[in-house]
Amino acid sequence: MSAPLLEVKDLKKHFPVGSRGLFSDNRRVLRAVDGVSFKLERGQTLGLVGESGCGKSTTARAIIGLHPATSGSVKLQGQELTGLSRAEWLPLRRRVQMIFQDPYASLDPRQTVSSILTEPLTIHKLAKPKERKLRAMALLDAVGLNPRHIDRYPHEFSGGQRQRIGIARALALEPELLLLDEPVSALDVSIQAQIVNLLGELQERFNLAYLFIAHDLAVVRHLCDEVCVMYLGRIVEQAPRDELFESPQHPYTKALLSAVPHPNPHIERTRERIVLTGDVPSPLAPPTGCTFHPRCQHVTEVEDDRCAKECPSLFYSDGRSSACHLTATDSA
Amino acid sequence: MATALDVRELSVRFDTQHGNVQAVDSISFSIEEGETLGLVGESGSGKSVSSLAVMGLVPSPPGVVSAEAMLLGERDLTQLTPEELRRVRGKEVAMVFQDPMTSLNPLLTVGRQLTEVLEIHEGLSQSEAFKRAAVGLGDVGIPAPEERLAAYPHELSGGMRQRVMIAMALLCNPKVLIADEPTTALDVTIQAQILELMRDLQERHGTAILLITHDLGVVAGMSDRVNVMYAGRIVETAATTPLFDAPCHPYTEGLLGSVPDLTGVAGQDLYSIPGQPPDLAELPPGCAFAPRCSRAREECSEAIPATVSPAAHRLSACLDAELLAEKGGLK
Repeated sequence: MSAPLLEVKDLKKHFPVGSRGLFSDNRRVLRAVDGVSFKLERGQTLGLVGESGCGKSTTARAIIGLHPATSGSVKLQGQELTGLSRAEWLPLRRRVQMIFQDPYASLDPRQTVSSILTEPLTIHKLAKPKERKLRAMALLDAVGLNPRHIDRYPHEFSGGQRQRIGIARALALEPELLLLDEPVSALDVSIQAQIVNLLGELQERFNLAYLFIAHDLAVVRHLCDEVCVMYLGRIVEQAPRDELFESPQHPYTKALLSAVPHPNPHIERTRERIVLTGDVPSPLAPPTGCTFHPRCQHVTEVEDDRCAKECPSLFYSDGRSSACHLTATDSA
Repeated sequence: MATALDVRELSVRFDTQHGNVQAVDSISFSIEEGETLGLVGESGSGKSVSSLAVMGLVPSPPGVVSAEAMLLGERDLTQLTPEELRRVRGKEVAMVFQDPMTSLNPLLTVGRQLTEVLEIHEGLSQSEAFKRAAVGLGDVGIPAPEERLAAYPHELSGGMRQRVMIAMALLCNPKVLIADEPTTALDVTIQAQILELMRDLQERHGTAILLITHDLGVVAGMSDRVNVMYAGRIVETAATTPLFDAPCHPYTEGLLGSVPDLTGVAGQDLYSIPGQPPDLAELPPGCAFAPRCSRAREECSEAIPATVSPAAHRLSACLDAELLAEKGGLK
């Protein structure tokens, strides 16, 4: 079997914070991503979900080298990506591209659409200079924009249209893998549906692999083949889409799914809710043992106070995994 | 039950260099005591501006607010002097904003900001006010409220800050609470906590809530009735369940159809409304939704469709409203 398109193994990204003064030393380590592993095959979509601060965006940024990883490995078809120099990265950027959340901040306001879309082609010396603009127009057409608007500036477009430009820019180099960091979160519902559909259509057309980062579980369910749930820098549950949404195993996943309001009053008013108490703890001072245990309803069901003492590792069975003492003992 | 707030023919216009923008175009709605009215729409539909207008917070110039009446109980807010309005605001009508970080003053402690409300509106002494403020914080589920009074906003998490905002809004026991996207900036598990809290507080105090949101899931769970806004006008009004079951306006229908959920068929194309929301400075003639509407015909672009009542307790501003009501929506 050939190597998977993307293989992430025990990826860690720690940020040093604080400083050492003459009389004090308050240097600490923020473990934004703390041992994340997953695989992604061509043409597939992997969802990375979790609440703010759980490390999902940092994971994507560490994969693409925007934050150099602290340790661990990221392989693109068997080729190691961590520790590469800028020059070594350059040819690989053609294969991995990123789409950002904020369509207002991620496009240069002083570049025309034409310049935004031909710049990657120029850098990578793709297509003849004369053909580049034609390629850019074809890209605009592919993302559902009017190719005649190619000489306009980003401010002349609405949020949804700008996100389409961001997608066209990422597609310019014909990548195999797209990292999408909350691509529809800033958009209105009616526009969000347009972009979600466009992403699905482009994936099919170009056989793209998506690492889809989002906090909106309904959108994730709609687009992803497999889902990883993150909490405080770790994956707490990973499963194929239907398994995860129909029978979540980790108590955090259960609570997260139960917190999503359902846009149907009959269901919304009768369903059972798990309301978690407290906030997500600070990643600077994560709780001991299982980081979820202070908010977990099942903490008393595990003997010997194990949840507070021992951090559960991912327990694999039937193509899915969950990091919980309770589920590990249940199925063992 | 008595009507807590009755807004009639409210319009807000902004006179800008790029022309006049009609952000809100003669909308009318009312809320009963203890009721939650949802106000749904996309960005730019005028939902926030209309609530700011009720609070008397639209900056003028460039804003021009006009209304036939805005009755808060017996009193007409449009007839009050700025000084009288200031006494009503925060006491009888209070507001919770979307972003708890920017709506609290970062330079003042939570205690100072909470007691200010009580000193101004209730004339309490500082020590009395601090006691009441601590009780208020306890009511919204903040642990160790006395200690929290000394904290600055940046020391609190997003969910805690939003609790402080809600506590502040409820300190004087207002008749009407306007909540403008109160949970949009929060994570879902925290959102669930805040919504639970709002339901609970409403039950205890009988507050009328105007809930502004773009999240149809939140509306489905929280509101008794819903107003749907598009391009500055209310296009549909109905009780929550009938609205979701059988929308009588094509925009509502499209909006409901385009939201993915956790139970339907996954992986198929979502229904999506074609095109973009209109630019308020260049509204199309007639129905503003017509250029995006699958049912649109020539008539739709000739005049703004009158608001009709296609069924009991329902309003819709669509020429096909009755047709839609009969067949129970397109789906």
